[in-house]
Amino acid sequence: MTSYVDYETGAPVGDGKAPEGPIDERWDKRRFEAKLVNPANRRKHTVIVVGTGLAGGSAGATLAEQGYHVVQFCYQDSPRRAHSIAAQGGINAAKNYRNDGDSVHRLFYDTVKGGDFRARESNVHRLAEISVEIIDQCVAQGVPFAREYGGLLDTRSFGGVQVSRTFYARGQTGQQLLLGAYQALSRQIAAGNVEIHPRTEMLDLIVVDGKARGIVARDLITGRIDTYFADAVVLASGGYGNVFYLSTNAMNSNATAIWRVHRRGAYFANPCFTQIHPTCIPRTGDHQSKLTLMSESLRNDGRIWVPKAKGDTRPPNQIPEDERDYYLERIYPSFGNLVPRDIASRAAKNVCDEGRGVGPGGQGVYLDFADAIERMGRKAVEAKYGNLFDMYQRITDEDPYEVPMRIYPAVHYTMGGLWVDYDLQTSIPGLFAIGEANFSDHGANRLGASALMQGLADGYFVLPATINDYLARNPHQEAVTAGHPDVREVVAETEGRLEKLLAVDGDRTPDSFHRELGELMWEFCGMARSDSGLRKALERIPQIREEFWRRIKVPGTGEEFNQSLEKANRIVDYLELAELMCLDALHRSESCGGHFREESQTPDGEAARKDDEFSYAAAWEFTGTGEAPTLHKEDLVFEYVHPTQRSYA
Amino acid sequence: MARTMWDSSVGKKTVMAVSGLIMLLYLVVHMIGNLKIYFGAGEFNHYAHWLRTIGEPFMHYEWTLWLIRVVLVVAVVAHATSAYQLSRRDIKARPSKYVHSRPRASYATRTMRWGGIILGLFIVWHILDLTTGTVHSGGFQEGHPYQNVVDTFSTWYGNVIYIVAMLALGLHIRHGFWSAAQTLGVGSRTRDRALKTVADVLALLLTAGFIAVPVGVMTGVVS
Amino acid sequence: MKLTLRVWRQQNADADGAMSTYEVDGISSDMSFLEMLDTLNEELILKGEDPVAFDHDCREGICGACSLVINGDAHGPERTTTCQLHMRSFKDGDTIDIEPWRASAFPVIKDLVVDRSAFDRIIQAGGYITAPTGAAPEAHAAPVPKPDADFAFEHAECIGCGACVAACPNGAAMLFTSAKINHLNVLPQGAPERETRVLDMVAQMDEEGFGGCTLTGECATACPKGIPLMSITSMNKEWLRATRKVAKR
Repeated sequence: MTSYVDYETGAPVGDGKAPEGPIDERWDKRRFEAKLVNPANRRKHTVIVVGTGLAGGSAGATLAEQGYHVVQFCYQDSPRRAHSIAAQGGINAAKNYRNDGDSVHRLFYDTVKGGDFRARESNVHRLAEISVEIIDQCVAQGVPFAREYGGLLDTRSFGGVQVSRTFYARGQTGQQLLLGAYQALSRQIAAGNVEIHPRTEMLDLIVVDGKARGIVARDLITGRIDTYFADAVVLASGGYGNVFYLSTNAMNSNATAIWRVHRRGAYFANPCFTQIHPTCIPRTGDHQSKLTLMSESLRNDGRIWVPKAKGDTRPPNQIPEDERDYYLERIYPSFGNLVPRDIASRAAKNVCDEGRGVGPGGQGVYLDFADAIERMGRKAVEAKYGNLFDMYQRITDEDPYEVPMRIYPAVHYTMGGLWVDYDLQTSIPGLFAIGEANFSDHGANRLGASALMQGLADGYFVLPATINDYLARNPHQEAVTAGHPDVREVVAETEGRLEKLLAVDGDRTPDSFHRELGELMWEFCGMARSDSGLRKALERIPQIREEFWRRIKVPGTGEEFNQSLEKANRIVDYLELAELMCLDALHRSESCGGHFREESQTPDGEAARKDDEFSYAAAWEFTGTGEAPTLHKEDLVFEYVHPTQRSYA
Repeated sequence: MARTMWDSSVGKKTVMAVSGLIMLLYLVVHMIGNLKIYFGAGEFNHYAHWLRTIGEPFMHYEWTLWLIRVVLVVAVVAHATSAYQLSRRDIKARPSKYVHSRPRASYATRTMRWGGIILGLFIVWHILDLTTGTVHSGGFQEGHPYQNVVDTFSTWYGNVIYIVAMLALGLHIRHGFWSAAQTLGVGSRTRDRALKTVADVLALLLTAGFIAVPVGVMTGVVS
Repeated sequence: MKLTLRVWRQQNADADGAMSTYEVDGISSDMSFLEMLDTLNEELILKGEDPVAFDHDCREGICGACSLVINGDAHGPERTTTCQLHMRSFKDGDTIDIEPWRASAFPVIKDLVVDRSAFDRIIQAGGYITAPTGAAPEAHAAPVPKPDADFAFEHAECIGCGACVAACPNGAAMLFTSAKINHLNVLPQGAPERETRVLDMVAQMDEEGFGGCTLTGECATACPKGIPLMSITSMNKEWLRATRKVAKR
């Protein structure tokens, strides 16, 4: 197989839906201009929603409440298990309950700046506006947010901002928000408005006459391949961090849904924008199957440090204060330990590269609570972070109340995703993408506690308003059936792929390929990327892919519960997506946010953006496996926040 | 409301709790009455006779006693029927056992079902022995309960049956009382210790109080 | 370390199952229990055998997917989820028995994987607050006293893993059901549906074929999130209250 490093540049892509005018009026304007579907006609429309996380769960529930017939899918055994459940820290909202100077505009500003000026202003402003409604909605559903003694909601601060706008439910905010959405969805399932298909995985998209009209999915229990038809398809299938094998994503989170639709014509935007989270538990050995995050909220009270001297192997408690380097506080005095994630991660990598890392292999830095325990007392620390400390102790067998935690960055979130317009519609009419599956709101770096905000904003408020417009304009009088030639072709392709996987009967397991790809990506497309490294990766990936199809071994058959087959089929897509990520990273020869190109840094080692060259979102069009894709640029226009070099010093 | 109660597993547990508490109340009175045997035949037989005249002259002879008997029969039937139906449901809900088994929960909890069956059989024997006299050892004399009791506990099997049943009763009450409190929703974190203590004390007092009678006969204090 | 595993193997829902014995070597004490099983599965695949099927996803102890009975204990010897159990809890040379959740309401799908959709249907019966999107009042309109908020949270922590059912000798789902009822019924937002919620959810729980509660306390001991046994007491109280109130209507 051949590798590619060159690509064609196609016509620019524009967001045709975002209205002009003052930024704080655009969302109102769009909602007013959108066509509506008569409530009586809504039940005649079927909408497929893939995924039941914060975005999918909230969208499914809300569309059903509006009267649409929703058919919803998740690969898990229950919609309640989607990986949004693992989000720990919190959810941002510009409520300004603290009276600390917060506002919709400040949240908008912080998010655009935090994203290193690679997000759309219109989208981000809408997100900030909606943030306040989300909190109201969740409280009404009974989400048990943390409260103060007066009975009012408590908030805390998070990385990259100087106000306290993060609402939380101990260290389990994602769980509580997800259960809120799951319960709303459950109500609609009971009412017969949502038809739920758990343990069913979407394997392809059905496009008829250029419009998304359904999906091909596999029943994971029986192995049956079925087709489902609809008037519109919504993908809420999450991010693609598992390309790296080791990440904080759930083991089965995967890129198949978004990659399959990309292959069917949906543009994939900014695939190289991945977020490496600074506070994860370091890996312990080759057996490691996933990495566990320690909430960013720990950085509120924990202090990050490494020894000043290289190769200092003394136990942390024996290193005197003046021989410690609290490097974040030193380099970024005004934000200190609360700098954005990309900056904290890179700083950790730098000190470890200097040989000052701690723990096995020197791949770690200390997150120390000794000062906090002294200041607040152990009880208060326990109340705030108890469950996180317990989790840390369980995994590492070390007591963080006595010994500082060891942390190291790990892949956590993908800002890139399917390209969508202001209506969250992809480049395939009738196909929408919400939550982490799209690329729209976080630019090149996502701020903490913003993923939950975006997932719920998309699902509860944005998509249910914008999808009306599409459905009203595309009433789809003719039903698509399984006999349609386009449908048959997609089904045959899907079945063929699975059969091919089973037929190879080679000598390597799916995991061994996944791990190999992951290690390659972490090395060359991880925290720091370089021209030569990316070229190496681009050369290597097609080789792994070729080897995969020669040596993969998948036991069992396709007509049964077969977890190895599920895994192998997902790796097929990772092996293609990884290549696009590397190409995107190679073409963007600037540093911005989570994308750090070694060739593009300021004299003091910070990310140096090149706004004149790269102030655009890169939307890639698929042209064939192993073929160079076509790049469509969407220019980013900044009218309200003037791009500057980010400074958190 | 009765329908809702009987149709629900939680409702049936409520039936068990209420009927159990009625029986418990009766047992406390019964046990205190029994102890009169230590004050001689006269007082004991007088007490037994009085039981038949409670409520006179408003109530006719034995009316009150029969009323109590009816309430008790209803309680026993309700308790046993609910227990039977709930147990069947429980066994059906867990048809296959773990290959790797280990002892679980406390002794009292695990013996509730067997204890219940033992107590049910005991009640039948107890009535046939000392109320109707059908299976009484020696000559049963209507109206002479003191002598009847002494006769019963003069046989080895009379003592064995009675003492085993009373030990089962103790274990049954120990878990049953606390359990009834949970079923009726009166348990709470702050009250839990108190409830458990009350259950232990009740179980101990009743067992000791009841066993005191055969012990008295065996040691010759009562004869 | 080297271990002997005895694992429940069952081809599908209709097949009979049995324990199969496997040896695994080179297990590190830092591995999680599921990583140990990954190791076994890698070997089985290469040997051309069917790997052991088990549910797992987040591996952080929060999604509730993992569900193994290890040496007779739901989630194993530590009070946590299977995915957060580490091999340092075992010794070299140990024999470990691994079985699926056993309850008739949780039929086995394959090996160690069971169908827990009964839990979803219990939630569908009333485990929600009716709050259609857009209809919410301002979040601070109804303050919630901190003790109530904490009580709600303590019960909302349930991850729906089903360990309570697996551990209960009666296969009862009382702890799961009570956790959701207590979470929602204590909040002012949950008040309008307080009675119907508890009555409908308990009825659905019975309908699904779960057993009844004999207060053995096994559920609360097995619960990785520490939902207390008193949760069941509170639910009973709610149920009786609701039964009385509905009867009066």
